[in-house]
Amino acid sequence: MTEIALQIPNLKAIWPEMIVLVTGLTVLTIDFSLPRLNKGFLAFLGALGLAVAGIVSYQTLLLDVPTEIVGLTADPYAQFFKIIFSVAGVMIMGISVRFLEREQYHYGEYYALVLFAILGQMIMASGTSLLVIYVGLELMAIALYILAGLFKRTPRSNEASVKYFLLGSFSSGLFLYGIAMTYGLTGSLDLSTIAGAIDGRGASGLLLLALIMMATGFAFKVAAAPFHFWSPDVYEGAPTSVTAFMSVGPKAAAFAALIRVFTVAFGPVRIEWTTLFIVLSIATMVTGNFIALRQTNIKRMLAYSSIGHAGYLMIGLVVGGEIGTASVLLYLLIYAFMNIGAFGVVILLNRVGGVGDQIDDFAGLAKTSQASAFVMLVFMFSLAGIPPTAGFAGKFYIFMGAVQAGYAWLAVIGVLNSAVSAYYYLRVIVKMYMTDATTEPTLNVSTAMSAILFVAVVAVFVIGIFPEFFLSLAKSSVASLL
Amino acid sequence: MSVTLEHYILLGTLLFLIGVTGFLIRKNIFLMFMSVELMMNGVNICFVAFARYFGDMAGQAFVLFVMTVAAAEAAVGLAIILTLYRNRDTLNADEFNLMKG
Repeated sequence: MTEIALQIPNLKAIWPEMIVLVTGLTVLTIDFSLPRLNKGFLAFLGALGLAVAGIVSYQTLLLDVPTEIVGLTADPYAQFFKIIFSVAGVMIMGISVRFLEREQYHYGEYYALVLFAILGQMIMASGTSLLVIYVGLELMAIALYILAGLFKRTPRSNEASVKYFLLGSFSSGLFLYGIAMTYGLTGSLDLSTIAGAIDGRGASGLLLLALIMMATGFAFKVAAAPFHFWSPDVYEGAPTSVTAFMSVGPKAAAFAALIRVFTVAFGPVRIEWTTLFIVLSIATMVTGNFIALRQTNIKRMLAYSSIGHAGYLMIGLVVGGEIGTASVLLYLLIYAFMNIGAFGVVILLNRVGGVGDQIDDFAGLAKTSQASAFVMLVFMFSLAGIPPTAGFAGKFYIFMGAVQAGYAWLAVIGVLNSAVSAYYYLRVIVKMYMTDATTEPTLNVSTAMSAILFVAVVAVFVIGIFPEFFLSLAKSSVASLL
Repeated sequence: MSVTLEHYILLGTLLFLIGVTGFLIRKNIFLMFMSVELMMNGVNICFVAFARYFGDMAGQAFVLFVMTVAAAEAAVGLAIILTLYRNRDTLNADEFNLMKG
């Protein structure tokens, strides 16, 4: 009898992923074996699993011993992103429960799908092979297609789901072609081997084609102009809690993979792709911020605002190096708190069937509910980048990095766009504080929602007032990548 | 005339481009979805050809993953399209314009 050599891979590298996977499967199993159980418990279980995964990631980040398993790494860079995904996931669990109950779409699968999407995001952030990154991307995307169409009797939700599905699979087709051409050029799917193969050879036409295809695929996922057109429709039609999730998790995951692929694998041809992303960044900022000005639906406005934010983040990618990359990581962490928080207030305000999604519905909120108006004020200030909120710190480091790297003009465009964006964020505040209510808003406050909003507000102030600690954490995270 | 790597890549790229064109000009959601499948299969041919050329298994393995993902995507996608059809009674992409701005 021959001895089978059983090699147990180093599973330490994928602890957070395994925790999320097991939590997702547990939620799914409990849901169909105990159908009468209160679904809120599943949300709690999911949040617990994500919290544990986040803590494990944080500890691995501090230890800083990169462990690897075929195609996946547990370097601090990946761990930092896993913390962002966990934070976003816990918040989503908290804001979903009451909302889904009210809309009568409270299924256990919802929480399992959110967990699987987060698993996909974690795989994207830690993948060091194009194959792993692709599989992570699809795992996330397929879960999100279902989530966007969760309200299956609502035509808007159907429409959002179909649009997201078609454009999402189209973009991953383009991404896939980029991978195939890269593979054809270098004979490898491993990021560092690809870098070794293209180093010194310069940029051939085929390499540029591969670069453009992959950049297009990522641009679709982060909703960068001119590949952003799906996002406002999808954000508007999808259930609000799903929109909150889509605006943060997938964007952060796509940036995680984008930065890793382009700095590690395509590092040798940095000059070629920098120009590409400068153009994308400017187009994205301008499109997002200027179209947001004339929106009347708050979800649509936040969709365009999120397009604008993708533009600022691309400045960080263009700048690169320690400060550029670290500022992107920090900004994404801040963005998770402020954007999910803002969507939380939208959920708080909205009534069954999408009523309460208009900016006009915020009129006079300060008189009827002082607390929720204040919370929304904090998030809007933070999104606009007004000190002492975290949004200011995030933008400050991105623009400062751009100035230091000699892209002062790009920073100026960013600041001007930021000034434009202040107009539509402040419009919501003016509506809340300076106009009278047309209809009596019915707020749907739940303990979980209040807790999440409270934590988000505290986080926005803490990161805003003490950004150095978080920046140094981000800086130590990106060291492994550069 | 012998068949070289270039022929396979050309074929794969051609299929991919037919898929892209189909996606962009077709108005029926179902046909758009089929065009995406065509794109993926074009890429698959490229992967297999490269893998054979390099004598490397990674490209072959990639194709298996792409096929699995495509199957999962088809399952979810057809369910989504079915739900939409139930509510709207049409599959014409131009009529899905509830949201604008």
